[in-house]
Amino acid sequence: MTRSALRLAAELLGPLALVGLVALVASHLSTSDQTDAINVLVIATIVIGLYVFIGNSGVISFGQISFAAVGAFAAGIYTTPLTTRQTTMPHLFGILARPELTNVESILLAAGIGALFALLVGLALMRLSGLAAGIATFAVLEITYDILANWDKIGPGPTTLASVPVTTGVGQATVGCAVAVVIAFVYQRSRSSRLLRASRADALAARGIGVSIVRHRLGAFVLSGAICGFAGALYVHALGSINVTEVYLTLTFLSLAMLVVGGSQSLWGATLGGVVLGILSSFLTNAVNGTTVFGFSFTLPNGLNTIIFAALFVGALMLFPRGLARNREFLEKWLGERPPRPGAVLGPPGGVGAVASAAAGHAGAPATAAKSHATAAAEPKP
Amino acid sequence: MNVVGYLVNAISLGALYALIAVSVGLVFGVLRQINLAQGEVITFGAYSLWLMRSLPTWLAIVLCFAVCIAGSLLLQVAVFRPLRGASALTTLVATFGVSYGLEALWLIIFGPSGNTVSMLTNLNNTVVGGAVALRWVTLVEIGVAAVLLGGLLLLLFRTSLGMRMRAVAEDLRAARLVGVRIGQVVTWAFVLSGASAAVVAVLATVQTPLVTPTFGLNLIIFALVGVVLGGLDHLGRATAGGFIIGFVNSLLGSILPEQELVFVTSLTFLFVVVVLVVRPAGLLAPRSADVERV
Repeated sequence: MTRSALRLAAELLGPLALVGLVALVASHLSTSDQTDAINVLVIATIVIGLYVFIGNSGVISFGQISFAAVGAFAAGIYTTPLTTRQTTMPHLFGILARPELTNVESILLAAGIGALFALLVGLALMRLSGLAAGIATFAVLEITYDILANWDKIGPGPTTLASVPVTTGVGQATVGCAVAVVIAFVYQRSRSSRLLRASRADALAARGIGVSIVRHRLGAFVLSGAICGFAGALYVHALGSINVTEVYLTLTFLSLAMLVVGGSQSLWGATLGGVVLGILSSFLTNAVNGTTVFGFSFTLPNGLNTIIFAALFVGALMLFPRGLARNREFLEKWLGERPPRPGAVLGPPGGVGAVASAAAGHAGAPATAAKSHATAAAEPKP
Repeated sequence: MNVVGYLVNAISLGALYALIAVSVGLVFGVLRQINLAQGEVITFGAYSLWLMRSLPTWLAIVLCFAVCIAGSLLLQVAVFRPLRGASALTTLVATFGVSYGLEALWLIIFGPSGNTVSMLTNLNNTVVGGAVALRWVTLVEIGVAAVLLGGLLLLLFRTSLGMRMRAVAEDLRAARLVGVRIGQVVTWAFVLSGASAAVVAVLATVQTPLVTPTFGLNLIIFALVGVVLGGLDHLGRATAGGFIIGFVNSLLGSILPEQELVFVTSLTFLFVVVVLVVRPAGLLAPRSADVERV
């Protein structure tokens, strides 16, 4: 196998192996611990969804959880038995009052609705970058929350949507997360994604070589919306209930934290962040009710779990500001192309050259090229 | 009276958010980084007012300033300094982490149900009664904000420190080259930011005396939206943006029919989306600044 084929294999198999490892461990756990493992896989799927947009485009979005919310409620409502729907949500629109879908149908529907909603939002917002994009997508999250929480014609309103059939087990969560990994992998090897990454390295130069940034951003946004809607459906089917406050600010920031701690610019980083912080969070939450590690049992006071979790992830950010994966794919450090020596950059440093290498090369190249350009301008290396 | 009352209330809420916007905008100006944890400085100040409820009011307020400035400086040393050079997203997530952890800490120390600060309660007496009551605190808020924002303008445009701060905000590297001591300017930005957080803590606790663990975060997020709405790159526009978001929110709350009142947030944020789509660099920025449009 050639070096580049090996790298390609590692890029896909690394994240898949991590997901498989979680599933393998989960299959040996008790039923109650399996619930935690399922949660880890579902949150990792959401983080991969965030990565598809934020990682590839470099644009901050706080809005992806609204696609998960819409997907979760759609899947939850359409699988709730018709009679229960009539009594708990009597004001539903006719289109939501029937039919009753199966688990798989509802998950596919959720992915579709997530994508559709993302398309509508994206058409309006994809011209924005930086903090304007962050705040505009944040506004979308607030609007979605406000409407879901208060409009009883489209859902349960402020009450919890209970009695959703619990149909997502370890098997489905694993397959779901693996599907998200594969989709993200296929996407990031595509031409569209490479052009988008080029615009992340330098928007002006990318536009200069004819990249339609808005179109490629919109593609990533819609794909991300589909994955998030899909993950929302897994979420509701794993828990059997959902309240709109669960898919709001805290989940938005926590999933973003997982992405950044793992490393926002690689699929390996996103998967790693979701799995590692997901496990850490479950472990600390369980420790409040008492837990045993290596025969040493202890109980955390309630609330201390959150403080420890926050301290650990802020600490991780300080130690690894570019994430645990350092913006590299799995094993890329050993299998990746050698970075060009300083001074041997193609074309004008950081300009079209960096963009061209981003469009042609792999994930790590644009970041390094752009960075070396930025630092070189400020402080020439000896 | 009704219309005037609505307007005065809207102006006062706008004034409060303008002060919070200053608190966020000062740090953003010099560091180009968002400080979500600034909300916890406000919460910290508000809880300190509750803890010092048996002290004379003037002393409690002075100590609240000390506490907020110390908290703000602590954030600079413990969070921003280690993250120097990190991307904006990393810092944003890190300050969220600090905020998330501190919220849990407030919950453990002070409990979930909130503590009532009963300081300066006579400010809640009405100036003019009637259908739309006008309270003294409303007028005080407007007055304090006007005086402080005026003072800030003087500081920024008439003092050496202000000139250095503007220079750093304009171009950090160039400012360093001409001999501005960046560390000193950053420290001053955090001190001023902490002081404005203290003003907000005092005014906000008079207006809504119940201090809960999310007291400051709710204020800061909303103000941040306003800051971006106005234009983050310029302290004056950011402050005006804070004012606008408070003003619009309060006005919508007054004119909507009662059964639609729950959708005030949606409408306010819809306004934000529309503004950002039309003017990405901010409502008040010159047209040439809309470079974020790609």
